[in-house]
Amino acid sequence: MSLLEVKHLNIRYNDVAVVNGVSFKVSRGESVGIVGESGSGKSQTALSLLGLLPGNAKLTGSIIFDGEELANKSNKKLDRVRGRRIGIVFQDPMQALNPYLRIGQQLRLVLLQHELANNKDADAKVIAMLQRVGLPDPERQFRAYPHELSGGMRQRVMIASALICEPDLLIADEPTTALDVTVQAQILDLLEELRDDTALLLITHDLGIVAGRCERLLVLEAGKLIESGATTSVFSSPENPHTRKLLAAALRTDRGEIQEPNNGKTVLGVEGASVSFRNAAKDQLVAVADVSLSLRKGETLAIVGESGSGKSSLVRALLGLIPMRAGRAVYAGEALEGPVQSRAASQRRDLQLVFQDPVSALNPSLRVSAIVGEPLLVHQAKLSRAGRSERVIAILKKVGLDESYLRRYPHQLSGGQAQRVAIARALILEPKILICDEAVNALDGTVRQQVLELLKNVQRESGLSIIFISHDLAVVRSISHRVAVMYLGRLVEIADTAKLFSKPSHPYTKALLDASPVPDPRVAPVRAPLRGETPSPLTPPSGCAFHPRCAFAANICVEKKPALRDADGSRVACHRVDEIDLRISMPGVKTTASPGR
Amino acid sequence: MLRYTLLRVLGAIPTLLLVVVLAFLMVHAAPGGPFDDERVLPVDVAANIQAAYHLDEPLPAQFARYLSGLLHGDLGPSYRYRDYTVAELIRSGFPLSLRLGVLAMALALLVGISSGIVAALRQGSMLDRMVMFFAVTGISIPVFVVAPLLVLLFAVNLQWLPAGWSGASGAAKYILPVITLALPQIAYIARLTRASMIDVLGTDFIRTARAQGLGTKVIIRVHAFKPAIMPVLSYLGPAIAAILTGSVVVEEVFGIPGLGQFFVRGALNRDYTLVLGIVIFYATLIIALNLAVDLLYGVIDPRVRQR
Ligand SMILES: Nc1ncnc2c1ncn2[C@@H]1O[C@H](COP(=O)(O)OP(=O)(O)OP(=O)(O)O)[C@@H](O)[C@H]1O
Ligand code: SF4
Ligand SMILES: [Mg+2]
Repeated sequence: MSLLEVKHLNIRYNDVAVVNGVSFKVSRGESVGIVGESGSGKSQTALSLLGLLPGNAKLTGSIIFDGEELANKSNKKLDRVRGRRIGIVFQDPMQALNPYLRIGQQLRLVLLQHELANNKDADAKVIAMLQRVGLPDPERQFRAYPHELSGGMRQRVMIASALICEPDLLIADEPTTALDVTVQAQILDLLEELRDDTALLLITHDLGIVAGRCERLLVLEAGKLIESGATTSVFSSPENPHTRKLLAAALRTDRGEIQEPNNGKTVLGVEGASVSFRNAAKDQLVAVADVSLSLRKGETLAIVGESGSGKSSLVRALLGLIPMRAGRAVYAGEALEGPVQSRAASQRRDLQLVFQDPVSALNPSLRVSAIVGEPLLVHQAKLSRAGRSERVIAILKKVGLDESYLRRYPHQLSGGQAQRVAIARALILEPKILICDEAVNALDGTVRQQVLELLKNVQRESGLSIIFISHDLAVVRSISHRVAVMYLGRLVEIADTAKLFSKPSHPYTKALLDASPVPDPRVAPVRAPLRGETPSPLTPPSGCAFHPRCAFAANICVEKKPALRDADGSRVACHRVDEIDLRISMPGVKTTASPGR
Repeated sequence: MLRYTLLRVLGAIPTLLLVVVLAFLMVHAAPGGPFDDERVLPVDVAANIQAAYHLDEPLPAQFARYLSGLLHGDLGPSYRYRDYTVAELIRSGFPLSLRLGVLAMALALLVGISSGIVAALRQGSMLDRMVMFFAVTGISIPVFVVAPLLVLLFAVNLQWLPAGWSGASGAAKYILPVITLALPQIAYIARLTRASMIDVLGTDFIRTARAQGLGTKVIIRVHAFKPAIMPVLSYLGPAIAAILTGSVVVEEVFGIPGLGQFFVRGALNRDYTLVLGIVIFYATLIIALNLAVDLLYGVIDPRVRQR
């Protein structure tokens, strides 16, 4: 008998079906992935299993768990299953843990509720569980509040709370989407390591995550189950055309076309750029330290790094949105300096920015025509109305939107369309440099693919230079000519894309690559490519800031900051670049993660 | 936290000084003086009295004299209750007002919070709608209307409770004044609690708690209660001020010999020093309580504590 059997599951809100006739089974101990694009009904399916849908949801069909019907049952009945026999891990551990209660208490409550401990031994059991999920100094963390832990540590706590009753089924809904890629690898490893014979239902939009970690896959599209089967066969011979599209759009870090290096002349040079902030307590936070790089004509330079690495701060300073504390930037022979309002109109026109979240970046009260045409009003005031409208139509066409979109408002656009509008607006002044800050991050795989193609086409036609900020190495590989890797505000490696991906020189670059999931079940995920988490930029480690996490760290790394130098086709900031061999993966230092901030 | 407390205490001093200046000016700007009686005094007698109380000096000099007294904790003599100082009058009237205020506040918190929670849990039900109806009416009807209505109903018609203060015995005489005073606060607190409890119940961490199989009781008591009462906490300052001002009216209506009554009498008699003394006393009290509430915030919310 299966552990879980879902039959004809339907979920409706006001007669709109968001999950439509979904049936599947999960056996004991099995790992099953649910994949699909945003809005396909993955989370709704997961929530329905535990009766956690909002009150206005209408559910029909049947959910049989270990022989017992759970669909539309009372809270009282479900509470015996929730937490006890089915555990769940949600996406954002900051939101999912109660900020008012100590970590220890939140876990204690679960044990006591299900009578798996009494007042006397509950604390000890909780501390043992915190130890198992790799929390350093569990006695101390027991008394900590969630905000005192880093994102990765919080997600470990979440996993501890889901597994503490040793449930039969663990549901994980995008458990790593809010985390850095190296921490994601640790968390996925942890889930696998701890679950023993607990079955796993892993929900994600990222095919790379399920490829190496789930035995079976379910693919959802618009609330319908369109494909299911063994992971290997879904990947090798997908039957449904939509599955094929999803697979085709899944970028990988280990293969696929790479842009040839480009030898255009330098359009933008940055030397020794530093950016710092002061927080409320007047502590100095160095977000960018002494970064030098150059951008060539017609080239895409990617900047990669995890949260807090200073990617966005660097480009914001270039654009004059925040002050640059030291260093200088030169564009077309002239210094880029001062706040953006005080810069020459030509500089403002030539450097344009596209943000991460397309919908909130567009003025909701303006139509697409006004949004896209607005920069013309400022920079080419003499242009006639008809001339402006012509330009708007032309640029929209270029980004793949026809005239029917002119009169729409932002809320009437999908995420991908909104991002195209944002790009059209940035391109209408024919800038020389386009800066994309996580510009495809919020988009689904297939839409992301189209936007990336669009950027490449525009570049080919107009010789546009692009600075492309992303934390996603697979995306970076497909679009960039060169890649700069940042860690805690410093540049640690910069190289041509082909070189960086095939032969990384810096241990951190190597770890990022190893941690990036590959959407291919034949490629086994690298276990624990990197220990710990990025330290707070308020208290950066001495010497090489990477040394607490680096498996090759030596005394010199603690004492002295490495300078960038040429090595083997890269520019690298590592003392030991000539001695170490990165071809083998980093010695699998087990997840003795460093304490949270 | 200690540093923060100290800064806040120091920060309160200018506010207090401003209150003293404004109150002083306002009291002196009111037409008439404390010794303008129906019976006209002979000119030289009036001048004597004026001189004895330094009312013949220019205003700045009077203010300086008052302020220096204040710094020594001296609120001056009452102009009307000739044998008493203002401090003595406050000491005699305040305990009763305090008792009324504390009882009203406690009642408001107890009833307001619990009905707010119940309404939030049964959102949209008959009970919820009743609570909300009561809350809206409770907020919009002023104390000087509620008080006589309550007296009419419970004291005159039903004769369950005493109408006035003097003559009545025991705890019964507190009931109507305390309810009158608490009513608008109950209504407001119920509404606040309901709204914030509904917000909290929709958060991800409550969803987590549900997913852990914790029953509704545990979820409300342990997970949701603290975050849900944060807005009530920040309303505590205004609530205290409202109860203090409300007590002036309530004491007058029910004939309670508290500080509020002294205040009303003082104002009618142009007893400058008494009115001024009470205003300053209440202002200090409100500022101190607001400070206490702010610190309480830090005790409940661990994220605030870090300052
Ligand atoms: N409370 C609600 N009322 C109405 N519609 C809802 C509600 N919650 C979700 N939906 C809709 O249900 C559909 C499926 O949502 P669901 O959250 O399951 O998607 P998902 O596959 O998890 O997407 P994502 O990858 O973005 O998390 C969406 O169209 C969404 O807008
Ligand atoms: S300098 Fe040292 S610590 Fe830094 S990356 Fe190189 S080997 Fe590792
Ligand atoms: Mg989801």
